[in-house]
Amino acid sequence: MKRWSIILALAATVAIGSLAHAVQPDEIMEDPVKESRARELSKELRCMVCQNQSIDDSDAPLARDLRLLVRERIAAGDSDSQVIEFLVARYGEFVLLKPRFNPHTMLLWLLPPLALMGGGIALWVYSDRRRRAVVSERESLMKLSPDEEARLEKLLGAEPVPQPEEPHP
Amino acid sequence: MIAEAGHYALVLAFGLALIQSVVPIVGARRGDIALMEMARSTALAQLLFVGASFCLLTALHVTSDFSVVNVFENSHSAKPLLYKITGVWGNHEGSMLLWVSILALFGAMVAAFGTNLPVSLRANVLAVQAWVAGAFYLFILLTSNPFARIAQPPIEGRDLNPILQDIGLAVHPPMLYLGYVGFSISFSFAVAALLEGRIDAAWARWVRPWTLVAWVFLTLGIAMGSYWAYYELGWGGWWFWDPVENASLMPWLAGTALLHSALVMEKRNALKVWTILLSILTFSLSLLGTFLVRSGVLTSVHAFATDPARGVFILLILCIFIGGSLALYALRAPSLKQGGLFAPISREGALVLNNLFLTTACATVFVGTLYPLGLEVLTSEKISVGAPFFNLTFGPLFVPLLIAVPFGPLLPWKRGDLLAASQRLTAAGIAALVAIALLFAWQRGGPMLAPLAIGLAVWVIAGVLSDIAERTGLFRIPFSVSLRRARGLPRSAWGTAFAHAGLGVALIGVVCETTWNSEYIATMKPDQVARVAGYELKLEGLTQRQGPNYRETLAQFAVSLDGKSLPVMTPSKRSFTTRGMSTTEAALLTRGASQLYVSLGDASADGGIAVRIYHKPLVLLIWWGPVLMAFGGVLSLSDRRLRVGAPKPARAARALQAAE
Repeated sequence: MKRWSIILALAATVAIGSLAHAVQPDEIMEDPVKESRARELSKELRCMVCQNQSIDDSDAPLARDLRLLVRERIAAGDSDSQVIEFLVARYGEFVLLKPRFNPHTMLLWLLPPLALMGGGIALWVYSDRRRRAVVSERESLMKLSPDEEARLEKLLGAEPVPQPEEPHP
Repeated sequence: MIAEAGHYALVLAFGLALIQSVVPIVGARRGDIALMEMARSTALAQLLFVGASFCLLTALHVTSDFSVVNVFENSHSAKPLLYKITGVWGNHEGSMLLWVSILALFGAMVAAFGTNLPVSLRANVLAVQAWVAGAFYLFILLTSNPFARIAQPPIEGRDLNPILQDIGLAVHPPMLYLGYVGFSISFSFAVAALLEGRIDAAWARWVRPWTLVAWVFLTLGIAMGSYWAYYELGWGGWWFWDPVENASLMPWLAGTALLHSALVMEKRNALKVWTILLSILTFSLSLLGTFLVRSGVLTSVHAFATDPARGVFILLILCIFIGGSLALYALRAPSLKQGGLFAPISREGALVLNNLFLTTACATVFVGTLYPLGLEVLTSEKISVGAPFFNLTFGPLFVPLLIAVPFGPLLPWKRGDLLAASQRLTAAGIAALVAIALLFAWQRGGPMLAPLAIGLAVWVIAGVLSDIAERTGLFRIPFSVSLRRARGLPRSAWGTAFAHAGLGVALIGVVCETTWNSEYIATMKPDQVARVAGYELKLEGLTQRQGPNYRETLAQFAVSLDGKSLPVMTPSKRSFTTRGMSTTEAALLTRGASQLYVSLGDASADGGIAVRIYHKPLVLLIWWGPVLMAFGGVLSLSDRRLRVGAPKPARAARALQAAE
């Protein structure tokens, strides 16, 4: 919430609680490996009462509860995906900062690669068409129109236009 | 009286905008010079009245006139003068007034410096500016009047949100708005060109410097905001992929693309139609950002629905301007004449590639920011899209872009030779590989991606250096000759070099900070020592102090590295009585480009205090990068070929182009 108001100096009236820090000293697990797992997981989970903040960043009481819950599950021996499953079962997909791929989020995930490919193909087709258009325009400029050919023939005194000689083998 | 005068000045500005949005266009249709020239006077007068309105609101804040709602809600008589002034735009109404003031400033600048523009083009441009200005004056007057009074004035104000009581508020929003609103000029030029149905290289020559000005400010504004968040919020984060940040990143990405496509248009008369579209899109994204931030739609779709007046109004502005300009584009663009051809491997081709990746990156941010809103409106299903999504989708788009960056300036226009360019980049490639190898050897078994990413950054920087070395003939001809050639290089070439190098510098900062950041979180008591990344920090004691409108707890840390003592660090925690809120003031110790970062948490009952200490290696490069980019922009702007309002030096320009 805090970060929000600071970034564009907007909602100056947003209620901001006491400014505690994200991870508190008393939350840290003794095993550094487990703690670092908890931290990595926390970065993927949303503090549901905040503006797009992960529970790792947020100082809201709910975020603290969730951080403790994550550590509880890790201490109980859950794997990372089990912890995530547990939280999604409890709080819904909303808790995930990286939405899972499903029919509802398909467009979200596919748009960037599709936009790149679509843009690339459009560019290729367009520049190809442009080049052809310009080339054919040039060719049509080089060729004589029927009118011009008729005039040329007249100028040359009605003689048949000499055919280019066959190259000798 | 002051408030009423300010309000009235704004009404007058609105009236002027109405005149300016119709009369010059009629004049341009009829070829009536007098009607067309009217736009200049109205544009200057608008600046006068909006400026007066803004100054009067500032006067109300400075004199703490709590009979005005805006002052009552956002100020306090004990607030330091600086924050009384910056508090003017630290709220919705005031920031909208700043928005229109800057818009009026840009309009007046076109009127004042656009003396060598074709008269009809200038008239149309200023008319389009007036449409935008008129819409936003009306928005302020109808839904967000900063001059509203309270019937029974209170004695004391509610104070400004303490987080905003920082020098950052003095710099960040004005910079950001100069960027956002600056893109309105390229938008107006694009719409004016469509209205006239004519567009040529002179048009691009005009649009590019204005785009560059807006881009420089936006770059600095975003960087400044990021640094502010970094030192103010107390956990050292600098980019959060927050919708509000994304709202400023989208116009930046589109504006960067526009900068590059306008270059092709100016030099080669190609990509015209695309440049026009990008001009429209860039400002549309600025408007979208304003909508996202100002309507409350981000807080919650429901908050938007319960108090819809402001949101609906801006949404309406958004639809009319974006829809209208795109419709005009669809109608007129096909009739614009296409420019010259170029081979895929050429300077133009490289710039098109740049545009493809930047616009895709912009689309990614766009969809990530708006998808949750759309999904909730359509299916009432709530999902979150946050940093992990953006890191995964946005990051990879920048890899090919960065690989391509050094090639661009080395390729000639029209038709290039990739092999020849690669040969000239051999040294850069070797430098990148050496950097990667050294980092792998140094960290042994650390993260795989970090050395590769730094290699990429080295590639970009070394590529820029090779380009400059190539142009000046460094190591091939006597040094003094190279030096003379370096001085003779066009400033825009130096601008490109600095901006591209800034990209690499920022990337190094980002990678180092995220990968090799060390952290220490604990409850410390006086005389305890914390060890972080070789530094020893001893908590000497805690003291209390009374500030002008807050109380603060300060902690003194004696810092030493290898037994050598360094300056004392004093982080503090401030509590503001009026709003009952507290802020952390982190202490920063800068060593080269790295920083030691200490911030305080809550005090515990037994006399200890929660402390977080970070060592952030090379973190400052994250902001030095954008500063370099902006410096490159300024250099390029000072190039005489591009100088705002500079007459077109036909022969000199051609000679310089050939030298490039």
